[in-house]
Amino acid sequence: MEAALGHAILTVWGALGFDAELMARYGPRVVDGLWTTLGLVAVSCSVGFLLALPLGVALVEGGRVTRALCLSFSTFFRGTPLLAQVFLVYYGAGQFRDALDAVGLWGVFRDAWWCVAITFTLNTAAYQAEIIRGGVRSVARGQGEAAAALGLRRGQTYLTVILPQALAQGLRPLGNELVLMIKASSIASVVTVYDVLGATKYAFSRSYDFEVYLWAALIYLVLVETVRRVWNLLERRATRHLRPREA
Amino acid sequence: MSSSRFAFAGAVALALACALTAVPAAAKDWSKIKIGTEGAYPPFNVVGADGQVQGFDIDIAKAICEKIKAECTFVAQDWDGIIPALLANKYDAIFASMSITDERKKTIAFSKRYYQTPALFVTDKRNASMGTSTDAMKGKTIGAQSSTVSGTFLQDVYEPAGATVKLYATQDEANLDLASGRLDAVLGDKTVMLPWLEKSDAGKCCQVIGQDIRDEKYFGEGIGAGLRKEDIELKELIDKGIAEILADGTYEKINAKYFPFSLY
Repeated sequence: MEAALGHAILTVWGALGFDAELMARYGPRVVDGLWTTLGLVAVSCSVGFLLALPLGVALVEGGRVTRALCLSFSTFFRGTPLLAQVFLVYYGAGQFRDALDAVGLWGVFRDAWWCVAITFTLNTAAYQAEIIRGGVRSVARGQGEAAAALGLRRGQTYLTVILPQALAQGLRPLGNELVLMIKASSIASVVTVYDVLGATKYAFSRSYDFEVYLWAALIYLVLVETVRRVWNLLERRATRHLRPREA
Repeated sequence: MSSSRFAFAGAVALALACALTAVPAAAKDWSKIKIGTEGAYPPFNVVGADGQVQGFDIDIAKAICEKIKAECTFVAQDWDGIIPALLANKYDAIFASMSITDERKKTIAFSKRYYQTPALFVTDKRNASMGTSTDAMKGKTIGAQSSTVSGTFLQDVYEPAGATVKLYATQDEANLDLASGRLDAVLGDKTVMLPWLEKSDAGKCCQVIGQDIRDEKYFGEGIGAGLRKEDIELKELIDKGIAEILADGTYEKINAKYFPFSLY
């Protein structure tokens, strides 16, 4: 079944004017790379989101010190290139091998995938926190006051009143952030992770055929377009209460 | 680093050779020889502060010229055009650390080799007892610079045998990961790895393991002078010169000036 599918893909690929032999040789590596890319983006964006929620709320509600700390975190990660951050974590951790070994963390930092996942998570958390902060700000103050007047506790107010509206507001920018992360994840390839671009570079270094970069471009394009369409559906659902009721 | 350039230059030269018609072979006088070199590959050939080319390739060429009683002049030529310019008679021989490969042999002739750079494995001193066979490397993580003969060798020989191969944009990055312990071993050119081990701080962590690797299929037959195919006499002269400087110790002296180990 799988073999038949593979043959069918190669035949179509060849008929489209692409190099079927090149595809047969390096295609499987690029597909492996696709899973690596998807894994990296899924882990970093979802864990990043979980970090961003408290961070975003703290940016609005926190005291002077908390806010200053959260703001410096977000300023650092949004203000420096992701490439530099990846190098800093990857090769920086290498310099502190003995210290990391002593606290049992070297196992994590030894692995390029983890270094990249950690950096991506912190980076996207900073961006998502700013999006959530904006969403929370957009909810009228009066709603919080009304909730308090009704006897809702602060946490309840956030969970049931403010955050649902803030996230609906932030849905589109959060989707943009996901798209940006998918593309930025190609940075992983500079520290030996074989993601889509890493596998593509590998294929190019052996074949000297630029066509492989076209594959990579197509893969990213399909990923991004998929996210865009899913996000359209999500947004329709999240804002259905705002549309005029159909007769 | 240089193998991709070699492949590209070879392809360009091949195309050009097809376009050129055969040059009539007249008896030539080889008392004056023009030599082309790149001048951007230290310490083998590089343009010095005085504008003259110098380095290991140049010293070898000069020594050969002396033996065959020829007056030699040098021309610096960018790598990509170095074979086309030879074919266009801009000079008569290339001394530019050019690997003798089958692909290039389709276009030009080569003298006998005048040096070769084996590759070797380097590892952390803590793993000094590690073997270098494919079996010993099974399950290990090994690195090299991408698009190099070493990288290709690891991918084709060690990866199928169960090693994880990591490729880096530069040799320095691979060496950094060796020093930090992410890599169990690095494979690189001996002429690059030994200076790193001996002269850099980061290199103190590590040491050579196993023997020089010279697998001809991957690392070629060595480095030779590039010549036009029809200049058979010149090839014989240069081969003779190489044999003479090897025999009388001149080669050894030049070798010692640049490297503490034999390049031949």
